Amino acid sequence: MAFHRITLTVNGEIELVDVPSNMTLLQLLRDKLVLTGTKNGCAAGECGACTVILDGEPVNSCMVLAAECDGAQVITVEGLAHDGTLDPVQETIIEQGGVQCGFCTPGILISARALLDRNVDPSDYEIRDALVGNLCRCTGYLRIIDAVREAASRAS
Amino acid sequence: MVSKEMASVKIPDLIGKSVPRLDARDKVTGAARFADDLQFGPGLLYARIKRSPFPHAIIKSIDISKAQALPGVKAVVTGKDFPGFIGLYLLDRHIFCRDRVRYVGDPVAGVAAVSEEIAEKAVELIQVDYEVLEPVLDPEFGASPDAPLVHPDLSEYEVVPFILPRAGTNISNHFKIRKGDADGVWNSGQCAAVVERKYRVPHVQHVPIEPHVAIAQVNEGGTVTLWGSSQSPFAQRNLIAKTLGISQSDMRVIAPYVGGGFGSKAGVSMEALAVAIAMKTKGRPVKLRLTREEEFYTVFVRQGLVAYFKMGCDENGRLLAMENKFYWDGGAYTEYGVNMTRAAGYSSSGPYEVPHVKTDSYCVYTNHPVSGPMRGFGMPEMHAGLEQCIDDLAEAIGIDPAEFRKINCLKTDSILVTGSKMHATGLPQCVQEVIRAIDWGRKEPPSAPHKRRGKGIALMWKAPAMPPNAGSSAWVELNEDATVTLGVGGQEIGQGTFTAMAQMAAAALGVPYDWVRVAAPVDTQYSPYEWQTVASRLTWSMGNAVVNAARDARRQVIELVAEAWDEDPEDLDIVAGEVISYKSEESISLKDIVVYGLPKPNDSGWMGGPVVGRGTFMPTYVTGLDPETGQGERAVVHYTTGAQAVEVEVDMQTGAVEVLRAVAAFDVGKAINPELVKSQMEGGFVQGLSTALFESLQLKDGVLQNPSFVDYRIATSSDAPADIHAIIVEVPQDDGPWGARGIGEHSMVPTIPAIANAIYDAIGVRPGPPPFTAEKVYLAMLDAAIAE
Ligand code: FES
Ligand code: FES
Repeated sequence: MAFHRITLTVNGEIELVDVPSNMTLLQLLRDKLVLTGTKNGCAAGECGACTVILDGEPVNSCMVLAAECDGAQVITVEGLAHDGTLDPVQETIIEQGGVQCGFCTPGILISARALLDRNVDPSDYEIRDALVGNLCRCTGYLRIIDAVREAASRAS
Repeated sequence: MVSKEMASVKIPDLIGKSVPRLDARDKVTGAARFADDLQFGPGLLYARIKRSPFPHAIIKSIDISKAQALPGVKAVVTGKDFPGFIGLYLLDRHIFCRDRVRYVGDPVAGVAAVSEEIAEKAVELIQVDYEVLEPVLDPEFGASPDAPLVHPDLSEYEVVPFILPRAGTNISNHFKIRKGDADGVWNSGQCAAVVERKYRVPHVQHVPIEPHVAIAQVNEGGTVTLWGSSQSPFAQRNLIAKTLGISQSDMRVIAPYVGGGFGSKAGVSMEALAVAIAMKTKGRPVKLRLTREEEFYTVFVRQGLVAYFKMGCDENGRLLAMENKFYWDGGAYTEYGVNMTRAAGYSSSGPYEVPHVKTDSYCVYTNHPVSGPMRGFGMPEMHAGLEQCIDDLAEAIGIDPAEFRKINCLKTDSILVTGSKMHATGLPQCVQEVIRAIDWGRKEPPSAPHKRRGKGIALMWKAPAMPPNAGSSAWVELNEDATVTLGVGGQEIGQGTFTAMAQMAAAALGVPYDWVRVAAPVDTQYSPYEWQTVASRLTWSMGNAVVNAARDARRQVIELVAEAWDEDPEDLDIVAGEVISYKSEESISLKDIVVYGLPKPNDSGWMGGPVVGRGTFMPTYVTGLDPETGQGERAVVHYTTGAQAVEVEVDMQTGAVEVLRAVAAFDVGKAINPELVKSQMEGGFVQGLSTALFESLQLKDGVLQNPSFVDYRIATSSDAPADIHAIIVEVPQDDGPWGARGIGEHSMVPTIPAIANAIYDAIGVRPGPPPFTAEKVYLAMLDAAIAE
């Protein structure tokens, strides 16, 4: 199998890795870089548990080949907090009770952060729409939606 | 046992307070570890499973030689290697099939290799010769004498005494209720109205977002360690040890956070496969991680149900009799199905007082996936029909369905279907609350001319279904700085149990909540015993054990200080981490006492020492039921009751059903953490909505047609209603900690019928079995000539 040497920035750290051609970004993060916060719920682009921000856009990392990430900027759930200070959406999801089992939570937080980065004042419809690819079986979504709305209002 | 006066003593401030979850920070930063996140180094092997492509067949031969020869393959195992039976109530399964396969996906061989790809390739190289048999694909047919037998050896299986399989049939349990004389009521013509209905509920799947993962390692001496995504570490230890013929103490299960369980990770499903394979890998750990496709049909699915109801009432709307027949599609094996059948039987009246009840509840083997417990343990399936039938009976007698429920619902001291008396219950308040909150009887105008609105209500009851003697235990240990380590064996699966337990321990001991840490992950080698994290029993059962442990620690501290101060222990208390005397007004900080004890006067030595409290709980009062009548003194520990009401809008042009808002009221006895309780009510409602509107495992000749999120849709953020109003009713449970009883599963029990009843209210047509997809509703409207 062919290997590719790539350089990418993950949560501000520059990483140099050799990846096989069929390795996904999700596998690279979890298995090579041991950033296990990003979850594998289906490996088929259907659940959103593996969502990361790739060059500013939220993507399902299970559907991206690692070899194509040379030079990329990646943010995972581990990169949301800075110096022990949580991202506002991490704060509000705790306060609103939007976390239960927590398996969907990393992907949800990343989708929410990506939304707030491009839209500082999203409507409820826009919030629901931004999270529609992130399946959650526990919470019933309402507290997550409340958390994103609250994070937006705190920022403004 | 926790004393009855507990409910009447003053409730500490911490009980009933919505403190933040103690696992939340780890879960939002990605620090929380799930089974798949654990690191095992380069020695780790990967397992894949060879599965049956047929629903029913005899295994004629298995050739593993090509797989064994593939470079990178470290072990190939088949049923030959593992003769033992496994099962929770009825031991009807081998770890790997030996002579017969019984569903599509049944494991026939397992491979461990240095990579998942190689393991997958090896699986393809295994050749199995089958002789295909006629499958059983319907439970009602399966129960008939014409059906081929799925388990010809049923009569030889080991079984617990309260499960009654019928030899020579596919019936793995037959539970009967004969209360009063239902036949007599029908024959005498006493009823002013009688309705008879048949309902079908399809198989659905739990769909935890975390798929099942198990990692097993067997050391040279034969001791086994299993890391898994598990609701039942102790039950897995017990069942797997038994089938392998090893001591429970040589089988260790370590269970980190669970990414959603809903019953699918209870008991043993795929975990034994990983252990069996690891027995052949010479000490190297083996990881088996199910794909999403496997998750849909190779672990548990929810049982299918064919249910017949006959109900009659007098002219005032009083229920007189019910006659119910349930054919549970238990699938190929029955880890839990037999007990769900029993639970449905002893709950078969629904939450109503009915003088005459005749029920036959059959668990039937079919060649469908293994039916396991799913949130509600048979109750959502049973209530789906029962609560629609109640609506129809109310209509037949001309009484408003909410009023009809008020008349008939269980009250404290009502006589139950098993002949015993209902304990204190807030069900009537729950009904009242949802009627008020949904503005029952008021019809709002639809949002568009081609839409119609309707409201529906449904009630529920559910008991923890478990062996009569399922136990809990806990320990409480104080650290140097007086923080508390709390040991429990129940599992955090998202419901918030670690938080509730920490709250109870803190309250019972007298320290701030944030001083308590839960000793996690649960590890059967160090954690105290807990039967299983199922049945919505932890708040009540493990809660009692935790309170007992915290009180034991508290007693040790108080006795020590009383001796040191020469005071009566009755005058001492622990408040906010300080031991105080109400008499002498002295005080001392806990951190000055615990671990190192206290000096005796005049440098004459030391007293006290490390403080470790222990507590256990096991119900002692559940009795057996008569096998012919289902009558007995006390069938269960208690019932949690509740009600839901919804408002829906149906699009007359497309059949699409939108749930606009929902209200839910449950009697939880005492909400230890009200926001967590409400979170259960909300999450359960949306899961129920999802099963009502979208979900069904489409099995065609035993083969699942939709094993992916694209073809099996679950509710997304855009499907949740705008508002779910959760109402807590608190009528204390006499033996619950501060009166608490469970809520986790109950929250999705009445949802299917509440939505069905609202659809009927909107359009005057019942859309048939769930899911009530737009297509199905549209076709029902076409039939009734009301579609636009
Ligand atoms: S794991 Fe990538 S979308 Fe599910
Ligand atoms: S919190 Fe469990 S899946 Fe979302």
